[in-house]
Amino acid sequence: MIPFTISWFVWICVHQLALYQMGLDWFSAMTDSIISNTLLIYVSMLLITIFRFHLPRKQGFFNLFIWVVLLTIGWFFMNEWVTGFFLKNNPAYQSLMKNTWPLRIATAFLINGCVSLIGYAYYNWKEHNETEKQRTEAEKLTRDAELYKLRQQLQPHFLFNALNSINALIGSRPAEARTMVQQLSEFLRTTLKKEEQQWVKLEEEIHSLQLYLEIEKVRFGNRLETHIEINTEAMKLQLPALLLQPLVENAIKFGLYDTTGETLIKLKADAENGQLAITVENPFDTETASAQKGTGFGLNSVQRRLFLLCGRNDLLQTEAKENIFITKVLIPQPGTTEHPL
Amino acid sequence: MNYKVLIIDDEPLARSIVKECMEQHPQLQLMEECSNGFEGVKAIQQHQPDLIFLDIQMPKITGFEMLELIEEPPHVIFTTAFDEYAMQAFEANAVDYLLKPFSQQRFDKAINKWMELNRAEAKIPTEHLLKEAARHPVQNERVVVKTGTRIKIIPVQEIHYLEAADDYVKIYTAEGSFLKKQTMGYFEEILRTSLFVRTHRSYMVNIQQITRIDPYEKENHVAVLRSGVKIPVSRAGYPKLKTMLGL
Repeated sequence: MIPFTISWFVWICVHQLALYQMGLDWFSAMTDSIISNTLLIYVSMLLITIFRFHLPRKQGFFNLFIWVVLLTIGWFFMNEWVTGFFLKNNPAYQSLMKNTWPLRIATAFLINGCVSLIGYAYYNWKEHNETEKQRTEAEKLTRDAELYKLRQQLQPHFLFNALNSINALIGSRPAEARTMVQQLSEFLRTTLKKEEQQWVKLEEEIHSLQLYLEIEKVRFGNRLETHIEINTEAMKLQLPALLLQPLVENAIKFGLYDTTGETLIKLKADAENGQLAITVENPFDTETASAQKGTGFGLNSVQRRLFLLCGRNDLLQTEAKENIFITKVLIPQPGTTEHPL
Repeated sequence: MNYKVLIIDDEPLARSIVKECMEQHPQLQLMEECSNGFEGVKAIQQHQPDLIFLDIQMPKITGFEMLELIEEPPHVIFTTAFDEYAMQAFEANAVDYLLKPFSQQRFDKAINKWMELNRAEAKIPTEHLLKEAARHPVQNERVVVKTGTRIKIIPVQEIHYLEAADDYVKIYTAEGSFLKKQTMGYFEEILRTSLFVRTHRSYMVNIQQITRIDPYEKENHVAVLRSGVKIPVSRAGYPKLKTMLGL
């Protein structure tokens, strides 16, 4: 507001000086300058107020132009009328007015035009910002909801089967049943705790993964074998919470349900250029697996989560080597150049 | 009277709990425990059981797929942990289903229900049950057939075409043809409509296999497959095929 007032004041002075140069006395020059510019301010304010409440769309620009013309003409006659009170009997002023009126109208029109353009640009920018803000907010909400849903999806089947195993163990091997109840509780507790977190260290994930694997091993007996190999550097790297388990779960399902024999699941984690690289391997039957070419729900949800968190679709890759299915996930670390949201 | 029973479940502990529950019912005689559908098919043929306890999610073939391979399936009590699709499918049709973990009481109830059905000699609509189960989206991705003693899993995209043959449907793949005791209508229902089109009363074709369509006699057509086989296209089938191919 202050620069606006100052420039307006300067403009009044310049206007006054110009009139003085043209041979008017100081009083007349000042009166005319103040009156005409004050009126012009009112017109400008009126224009800006219009923009605040109504932004013209494409077809509205012609209307805007008409408005500027009408307001400029209105301003001119208003100015004539008001200055008349003070300078009616000043012949020098009257003759000057007669000579300069086209110039006055042109200048006023230019000023009003500029003001409306600036006002339009400003309010348009503001509106744009507002909608942008709303959109990002809405997007964030849907993303949160979706992430929440994706994390929730894996539990029931596993849970009921685990409970069934415990139920069976209680009769025959109560001590094992007890251990399994403890493992299941701890697993559920860590899972629940992680619901609130986005990023966790790999060591934490490995801990709950091991609990999960212990439970699955009780369920499937000696059909399931696992081999975990983790680089110490990778242990300190981060990954989205509850991402590792669906990955392994998928490998187990794929491996155990596609073969009738024993299944070896291999998990490897490494640090690759500061990113966390996780590889999960499971055997599959080459003859029947084409029916399962789709990565299955487990991997889809992992991919979707990685996309929502990192904005990239190429972080999860799968390949088949002979009868081994390999799932590889690259996880950019939060806070690095490719920072996740 | 003794009844022959089989338990088919891939988890040893899940089998042991069924066994444990069975101890309360001495008339049930456990013939064998099977850990997958292949063993199940063999054991059913060998023992001709009166009742089977069947898990749904098992290695290689599901419980439903296993039942499809058996000419006259025995009575079935499903035992499953949580399967929302299957639940809907067999709720009305199986003898019963036990949701794991189940109690002795719940198990007794299922057995009593079965005994009553047995007494009334009511026919249990296992076929209907299977048809319902086949709507399970995962199952439509493949078809399980039996050739002699071998069980073959055919991914649906590998099917070239289907041909009706009396009570059977002949499934043609690159490896040869397989018979399955089903109707064309059944396949029309379970196979993805984006991939298969019924060109004729007796034929269904995988559209990815079609190389061209030739006119044949008057007003009729044949679809020529990559393998060179010509499939009849009826007057009713032609417009369907055309829309499928986007012509």
